[in-house]
Order: sequence, then structure tokens, then C-alpha cells
Amino acid sequence: MSAHLHAEHDVHASGHSRRGYRIGVALAIILTVIPFWLVMSGALPDPGVTAAIIFALALVQIIVHVVSFLHLDTRSEGGWTLLAFLFTAVIVVVTIGGSIWVMYHLNTNMMPMPMPDRSVAQ
Amino acid sequence: MTDAVSKTIFGRLGWESFPIHEPILLGTFAVVVLLGLVIVGATTYFRLWGYLWKEWFTSVDHKKIGIMYIILAIIMLLRGFADALMMRAQQAIAFGANEGYLNSHHYDQIFTAHGTIMIFFVAIPLVVGIVNFVMPLQIGARDVAFPFLNNLSFWLTVAGAILTMVSLFVGEFARTGWLSYAPLAGLAYSPDTGVDYYLWSLQIAGVGTTLSAINMVATVIKMRAPGMTMMKMPVFSWTALCSNVLAIAIFPALTAAFFLLMLDRYVGTAFFTNDLGGAPMMYWNMVWIWGHPEVYVLVLPAFGIYSEITSTFSGKRLFGYSSMVYATVVITILAYLVWLHHFFTMGAGPSVNSFFGIATMVISIPTGAKIFNWLFTMYRGNIRFELPMMWVVAFMITFVVGGMTGVLLAIPPADFVLHNSLFLVAHFHNTIIGGVVFGLFAAMVYWFPKAFGFKLDPFWGKVAFWGWVIGYWVAWTPIYVVGLMGTVRRVHHFDDPSLQPYFIVAAVGGVIILVGILGFVMSIVMGFVKREQLRDTTGDPWDGRTLEWSTSSPPPPYNFALTPVVHDLDAWYDMKARGYERPADGFRPIHMPRNTGAGVILAGLALVLGFAMVWYMWWLAALSFVGLLVVAVGHTFNFKRDFFIPAGDVAATEAKRRPLLGVGA
Repeated sequence: MSAHLHAEHDVHASGHSRRGYRIGVALAIILTVIPFWLVMSGALPDPGVTAAIIFALALVQIIVHVVSFLHLDTRSEGGWTLLAFLFTAVIVVVTIGGSIWVMYHLNTNMMPMPMPDRSVAQ
Repeated sequence: MTDAVSKTIFGRLGWESFPIHEPILLGTFAVVVLLGLVIVGATTYFRLWGYLWKEWFTSVDHKKIGIMYIILAIIMLLRGFADALMMRAQQAIAFGANEGYLNSHHYDQIFTAHGTIMIFFVAIPLVVGIVNFVMPLQIGARDVAFPFLNNLSFWLTVAGAILTMVSLFVGEFARTGWLSYAPLAGLAYSPDTGVDYYLWSLQIAGVGTTLSAINMVATVIKMRAPGMTMMKMPVFSWTALCSNVLAIAIFPALTAAFFLLMLDRYVGTAFFTNDLGGAPMMYWNMVWIWGHPEVYVLVLPAFGIYSEITSTFSGKRLFGYSSMVYATVVITILAYLVWLHHFFTMGAGPSVNSFFGIATMVISIPTGAKIFNWLFTMYRGNIRFELPMMWVVAFMITFVVGGMTGVLLAIPPADFVLHNSLFLVAHFHNTIIGGVVFGLFAAMVYWFPKAFGFKLDPFWGKVAFWGWVIGYWVAWTPIYVVGLMGTVRRVHHFDDPSLQPYFIVAAVGGVIILVGILGFVMSIVMGFVKREQLRDTTGDPWDGRTLEWSTSSPPPPYNFALTPVVHDLDAWYDMKARGYERPADGFRPIHMPRNTGAGVILAGLALVLGFAMVWYMWWLAALSFVGLLVVAVGHTFNFKRDFFIPAGDVAATEAKRRPLLGVGA
């Protein structure tokens, strides 16, 4: 029974998304070419801005992949797939963003002190 | 045998690894061996090996796996509690000239083992065990989503527990505290086997816990009975879902932190070292990204347990069901945003500390909402003060104090003073004992008749209750006091004799808790002895409200002969109110998963792998790792995974139960 449902789902998905795949590939190529061009041509004088744009495009790239190749939408599995994806995204952002923020603050309130000498501790 | 050969075969394991010069350990070892021989002898004598293997060890039945989890947790509780008593005794006598009976080396191992065992091998297995047993019944399912995975998860947890226990007699356990902070846990400061035992046992058990969490989430989402929408799901199942979602999110952080520390220790990387660009605080950061939410992984199901019990024993629908659900979800999210409060003293700037301080305080809002919901559920209810309800009331009183000291500790300036003090230790014992342990005892008393068909002995149950509750307050109030005065944690000897009376009182409290633990064991023993008097023939001994009480006690392997259809929250109460008649015919064959020994074998190999890696027996590690892969891949070719219980058998089982079961309320 479950195998039958599965097969039907696959047919549905492939029929539905041939156009989706084409758009996905096109977008993915564009989103890859722009960062390459930015870096190779040095179009922007500030490397910080270049990095920020590349980062932003990478995020868009992730969304394009997930939507057009992994068929993430609000309908599949009654919305649970989307919820799981958003949950993952939030967790990753909190873990990585939070860790960077916390570690950046590592020494904020520390008094300057000499580097500990390993041989003493041993 | 030359040294080189011995080293190749046994790694760093030698005769000196066995603690033959430690009388305490030798005595314990003798007792353990004797007990083990008695158990093995009795099992052989009564020819129980085949029964245990076929009916329990290889079982994929969620009820049996749940019960085995709980048995594991109770055994480990005895070990962890023995450690606690040893610490209490040591701290009560080690003042001034008296050094006590434990040296600092041994004492450090004991508090590390106590914390590690109590969280990883008592609290987690108990919570997982109760979720395993209750949740599928509560949502009207026949089993969990992945029955074999469930069996494997359990045995991996057992493998981790065994590896921890082995460290008692072969080599040493870690002396680095229950989270084994770097850089102390690095090879430079902890060159012996302790931290390796710690890492391997927790990694193996951690795989089990992660897999189990995935299993439970899939079960709740996919296997609810028809009609049970998310907002008609019992609160316990909601908390089980949120707790396991949280577990899936956080365990990878712990696994990664441990893995990096393993690399530091085994291949000489420098992730968490002081030099070569390592960042020990990154280890703290990662383990607390796991560690703080883990507290909520444990306490959320306990909140669910309190909700079910309060509603049942007040004879009322739970007050504010949807606010309870939202509070649970909010706690799930907030739990993930507070980890830094465990190291406010790291030296972070005011923005970081105030963010995490405020986030921590905010958690008390949904938690407080829950407390009020329980109180309002009790308000004007027909409260029956039976044992489970007594545990709930004790929880509310005890836990509120723990919550308030938690809000106090969430204020960074206060934390700067109280960090690393016994005040903190008292706080988290207050919340874990008052919140999680009381809840788990309530759950065991409440669902025991469902699992075994008879209630626990009420007299000894009350002994357990009063022992735990009075014992908790006697043991931890003095620790709060000395902690507030500035006494630090993790020390085995004090100079200031004015502190001694407090520690003596605390030790007395520990003994009272011992009475509680023995009382609980006795309530099982006496319950078994008097089982005919305490028999539950109705399947619904407490006049329950949720689906698990609609089936017989103990439930048949297939749980429900016909899948129940849910129309309302408190589905069983609704069925009783509408005069539900138990079906007598129309049964169909039931599709069931088949038992398999693969879980036991895989976990056994994982245990060997862990032991070999701890002792640097590379050949054995390689062999067991290859074995793991072969068995795991081999098991995927096992196509005989299911069978059908014929409709006739179902009808016969149901017919046998029918005269016993009470129909309607």
C-alpha cells in the first residue's frame, strides 16, 4: 500500500516539476556566475561588500536548490517537510551564529595576562 | 611475552590497570561478581536464557523495550546513588586534620561518574523508557515507527552503560567533571584512560539516544490514531514530541564536540588545547549547546506526566490545554537560546551576557504558566490524593523553589558570585530531582499497573515518596546555605570546621533518600507478592482519560485489537462518556514486526569497539568496526521482518480478556 502511494507521488512530482528543474538549473547557473564574475573582474572596490554579496547569493542558491530540486513546498507531507526544513535552518543559524557571536566575545572582559606556560602545568 | 607483543595485543592494558590495591574497589568488585554469579546461576537454573532472549532481548515491542530501559535506569540509579552517598559521607567527615576516607584522585572520579551516570544512564533511559512505553499507547498506535531501530537504540544505551561500569574495575573513569571540560580533558592533563572511557561510552549511548529521538518524532507525526489531530493529542505525547525534537537538534552538537575532543586525544589535533590555536571555550560552547536544552529534554516529558496525572486525579479536563501546548513549544524554542548562562564567567561582553541572562529568565514565564494550569486543573476538582498525585504536589512545591533559584542564577552579576559554588549544585539538583525524578516516580507509579497488570504496593510507595521528598529537602537545603556562603563545588576536603554541621545534615538527608529508594524497590517487591490483591482487571485502574487506559493491563502485543477512532481530547474519557462497547468480533489479521537479535549483536560490537579504543588495542578496534559494518549491512538483507497475527488469535485473546475488562466507567 505504501509502495503504491510512493510510486504515485513520484510520478506526480516528476510530471509537475520538469519546468521547475529547468528554472532551477538556470537560476543556479546565474547565481554561480555572478559571484565568479564579481571576484574575477573585481567590479566592486570593497572586498567586504563582495563577500557580503557572495554570501547573500549563496543563501538564495540554497533556497533555489531546496525548492526546485528537493521539491520543498508547503503541501508535501502536510507541511511537515517545510516545518522540518525551517527548524533545521533555525537550529543551524542559532548554533553557528550564536557560537560565532559568543566566541567573538571570548576575551571582552578578560584582563591582559601572560600566556600560560605548559611546562608548569605538566 | 615481550613488551612489544603485549603492547600490540593489549594496547595499554596491563596488570597495573586493575585496581588490586584499592580495598573499596576490590570489595565492590567482589560484591558485583558475587551478585552477577547469583543472577547468571539463577537464570541458568530456571532455564530462563531462552525466554529472556526470545521474549525480551530481541523484542521489538515498544512496551518491552520501554520496560527494559526503565530496568537499566533503576540499576544505574543504584550505582549513581552509591556514588552520591560516598560523596556525602566524605564531605561530612573531611574537615581540618581529618582527610576523610577518599583521596582527591578517587573523589574526582566519583563525582564525575555520579553526574555522568545520573544524567546519561538514569534520567535519559527513564524518560526514553516511559515515552517508549506510554506514547504509542496514548496515540493509539500498534508500535513505534521503526521497531528494530528502537531495539538497537536501547542496546546501544546498554553498551554505553556497561562501558562506564567496566571503568570501575579496569582502569579508571574520568576525573574531569560530568561534562569533561577541555583543556583539562585533553591528553596533556588527563593522559590516562578516564576521559576515553567517558567519551566512548557517551558516544555509543548518544547514537542510541539520537536514533530513539528520531524514532519517537516519526511515531508521533505519522502514527496517530485516525481523528487525533495535533490539538487533540494528549499533553504527554506533545511533550514527548517536543522533547525528542529538541534531542534531535542538540545531540549532534554533543557528538561533534566529543568527536573533536577524541581527535585531540587520539590523533593530536588542537581543537580544544591551550596552545597551537586551540580554543577550549569552544568546547564549553558546544557541550552547553547540548547541555542546557538537554535539561528540557528531560523535564518536558515530566511536565507531560504531571499534566496527565493532575487531570486524571482531579477528575477534570486539563485546564488550558492549548496554553499548555504552546508553553511546551515555547520552552522547546527558548531552551535552545540560553546555553551561555553556564559560562557567564567566561568573560563575554555585556551584550552577550544580558541576552542570555534575559532569555533564561523568560523561560520561567511558560514554565510558570504550566504551574498555574496545574493549579487551576486542581481547583474545584475531585482530587484523589493517591500516590501519583502526591508526587505531583511535591513536585510543584519543590520545583518552584528550584525555578526561583534558577532565575536568581540567570542574573549575570549574581552568577559571577555563585558560579562554581554549591549553590549552583543545589539549584540543579533541586530542578532535576524536584522536576524530573519526582515526575518519573509519579509516572512509574501511575503506569505500572498498565505495564504489569497490578498496582505497586501503596504502603511502600508512600515510604518511597516521603523518603525522597523529606530526604531531598534535608540533603539540599544545607547545601544551598553553604553555597550561598561561598563554598565551592568538587572539593573533597574543607578547612573551615564551622561548615561541618551543614554537611552532616546533608549526609543525613542522603540516608533519608536511601530510605526512599529502598522503599521504591520494596514497593515493587511487595506489589509483586501481593499482586492478586492489587490486580487491575479493568485496564483502567485510575479512571483515566487517555487511550492507553482503553486497552487491557498489560496490553496485548498488538496494543489495540481495532485501531481506536478519536473524536475529542481525552479520547478514552469521551469513549466512556458515550458508553463505548468493546468490539467482540470483526477482527482482522494484525501486521506485526518480527523480533531480531541484530540490535544486541551490533551493540555488543560497539561495546568491544569502545573498549578497544580506550585501551589502544587497534587490531580489535578495527575488527569490531568491520564487524559492525558487516552486521549492519547484513541486517538490511534480512527480509523476514514481519508476520501477521491471525484474526482468530486476536479474537481468542480478546475473548479471554473480555470478561475481565470493565466496559464503560
